[in-house]
Amino acid sequence: MIVKRFISLGLAIIMITSLILTGCGSQGKGPAADPVKEPSAPVTAPKTETSAPADPEPAKPEPAKPTTLNFWTFQELHKSFMDDAVETWNKAYSDKPIELKVDVYPFDDMHNKLLIALQSGTGAPDIVDIECGRFPTFLKGTPALAELNRVVEPIKDKLIMGRMDNYAKDGKYYGIDYHVGAQVIYYNKEILDQAGVNADDIKTWEDYIAAGKIIMEKTGKPMTTLEVTDHWTYYPLITMQNSDYLTADGTPQLDNEANIKSLQLLSDMLYKDEIAILAPGGWHHAEEYWAWMNQGNAASVWMPMWYMGRFTQYMPDLKGKMIIRPMPVFQDGMKSAGMGGTGTAVTIQSKNEDLAVDFLAESKLSLEGSIKTWTILGFDPIRKDAWSDPAMEADNEYTQYFGSDIFSTLQSIVSDIGPIHYGDLYPTALSLVQKNVMFKVLKEQSQTPEQALKEANEELKMK
Amino acid sequence: MNTGTMKNTNLLPGKAGMKVHLKQQKIAPYIFVLPFILSFSIFFLYPIISTVIMSFQEILGPKDVTFIGLKNYRNMINEHFFNAIWVTTRYTFLTILVLVPLPMILAVFLNRRKTIGRNFFRSAFFIPALTSVIVAGLFFRLAFGEQDTTLVNMILGVFGLPKRTWLQQGSTAMMVMVIVCTWRWLGVNIIYFLSGLQSIPVEQYESASIDGANEWQKFLRITVPGLKPVIIYVVTISVYGGYAMFSESYLLFGPRSPGDIGLTLVSLIYQLGFFENNLGAGSAVGITLLGIVMLINMVQLTLTGFFKKESD
Repeated sequence: MIVKRFISLGLAIIMITSLILTGCGSQGKGPAADPVKEPSAPVTAPKTETSAPADPEPAKPEPAKPTTLNFWTFQELHKSFMDDAVETWNKAYSDKPIELKVDVYPFDDMHNKLLIALQSGTGAPDIVDIECGRFPTFLKGTPALAELNRVVEPIKDKLIMGRMDNYAKDGKYYGIDYHVGAQVIYYNKEILDQAGVNADDIKTWEDYIAAGKIIMEKTGKPMTTLEVTDHWTYYPLITMQNSDYLTADGTPQLDNEANIKSLQLLSDMLYKDEIAILAPGGWHHAEEYWAWMNQGNAASVWMPMWYMGRFTQYMPDLKGKMIIRPMPVFQDGMKSAGMGGTGTAVTIQSKNEDLAVDFLAESKLSLEGSIKTWTILGFDPIRKDAWSDPAMEADNEYTQYFGSDIFSTLQSIVSDIGPIHYGDLYPTALSLVQKNVMFKVLKEQSQTPEQALKEANEELKMK
Repeated sequence: MNTGTMKNTNLLPGKAGMKVHLKQQKIAPYIFVLPFILSFSIFFLYPIISTVIMSFQEILGPKDVTFIGLKNYRNMINEHFFNAIWVTTRYTFLTILVLVPLPMILAVFLNRRKTIGRNFFRSAFFIPALTSVIVAGLFFRLAFGEQDTTLVNMILGVFGLPKRTWLQQGSTAMMVMVIVCTWRWLGVNIIYFLSGLQSIPVEQYESASIDGANEWQKFLRITVPGLKPVIIYVVTISVYGGYAMFSESYLLFGPRSPGDIGLTLVSLIYQLGFFENNLGAGSAVGITLLGIVMLINMVQLTLTGFFKKESD
């Protein structure tokens, strides 16, 4: 009898321990639970402010062991850019080579994982891509991201600083963008030619609407499509008039005059001038839209520069038909706007923070890296001196699709871009515009632009 | 038996042995339930308690936490919260309205020997439950797309009906969510009802036939009352399932549904907690959701006499 009891007791204990152990096991299985696989790597130096490329370690004949850094991104394209940057780095700094472990996650997944990792103080990668709309979320309180001032400040005069301010708080920089994201307009030249409209004659919004009416009349096709569940049609309009969702000090200003007028302009395009329709699928990233647009159903669409990639990837039939031109302008407005973006940051959980910062600076802030954002990714570089580099004139996938004048178009507008004010309330403001304001005004027509923007602004103020 | 045990106690070697024996008897049950207690407290009790605490806090980072009293709850009461309650409640009500009678009737048919291909249909109805919700969601989102060429609009076109923008209108969006839910859970509920049907004695149907009852009367007077425990069970889990719905809405509309037409309470938690990095506010909605679901289930279980049976 007693023996039996001992056996059952033993079994119970085994069960419990196995349960506890599995509990621990699943906790440790996270992708970045162990950011540094090789603690013996050369650069595990304590965090010092002065980490010049030359390490105090004397040069040894045998090749140094590479330090593993983790990189999370939500964009497959960024992986190829970073992989290339690692190669360049390892050639230049053979004394402290890097092995970059890249994880590509879906957009929301990655941001949520990162948020949880930073909130709980464990499990975050060394380097991470954070989309600009989500960035303020990660700057709340004391940011869990590493300060980048020591690599940014020395080259301040060479950078388009408006793009750096998007990822800054209290004078400290936390993220480096891939691009300027200049706002442009894509015309379907085939449709324009059919109606006898010349894209270069369209300078102002009045011109644009007049041209739209001619096209509608002659071809029966809409001039453009407007987003109802995202803000890329609306946001550039307001930033080009020096307005924004928030003021410079972070106070909501959704219902200011420029914002209301701009939304009215969109609403009029749909229902008064009848030159636009709502984007199939609700936004310009819907499969429905891509398929529809690919068939040449709309004469134009205004989206940021980075939207080029969507054309080459999802709308192959428009190759050679699309041209890129500067946006129509408002009176006293700016020529373009810097839209969207992704800030690459280093987390303070990184055990090789200094190395990670150095690598990040080399990959994205150096002249060579900046030029590669164009040659590899088709993005407009954030370094001013890259713009005049002959490498930018070279033929690539995008010049083949849109014609060879892309870069000169860009050069004519890039100096006239207004700042964007990111504050704590930005993500909420953005989501209110995306899901409530646009939908209620443009689709449901249940509210006027003024009503919808006032309501959203009141809600923001309550936060 | 009795004498045997008496003999046994007598044979025990003295007082000390008796003590050990008693101790073991007292301890053993605790050891046996320990695994459950442990997993329950680590994975359920601790998160619940910590959620309650978090709902009174403003959380900015691991070391940056302040108690702010009821502020999270006060801020929670706004248009979006009520939209979420309204959408979730309608969704739950409609899914129960469909997912109780429909699988019950199908189960009765599948339980008949005369039904052709009943084994095939049993598994066919169950397959959706095994499908990944991601895949299913993608399929339904594209099937209910707004172009003329999408599946559902094409079917409407065959009957000469105008195409619709399914996912950008409150009523049709709700319909799509209920259809996805029905497609997914119909098979599971059929299994519940099928197993319930096995416990109804055949004699009852036989004597009803002798008394001249028709099929419909038999269904209404014997099958439905016989299935009452299963119905209570299905309604209870449907209430939980309905109020906890997230993935269907997320897959059809993404993290933000236009004009809140697909905003459920859990999507609201997701939005507040993760999108706005306001875990405190998310926790407050979570605790409120727990309260709502508990209340509804208590009322429902009391009304169906569930607690009375227990005390009998």
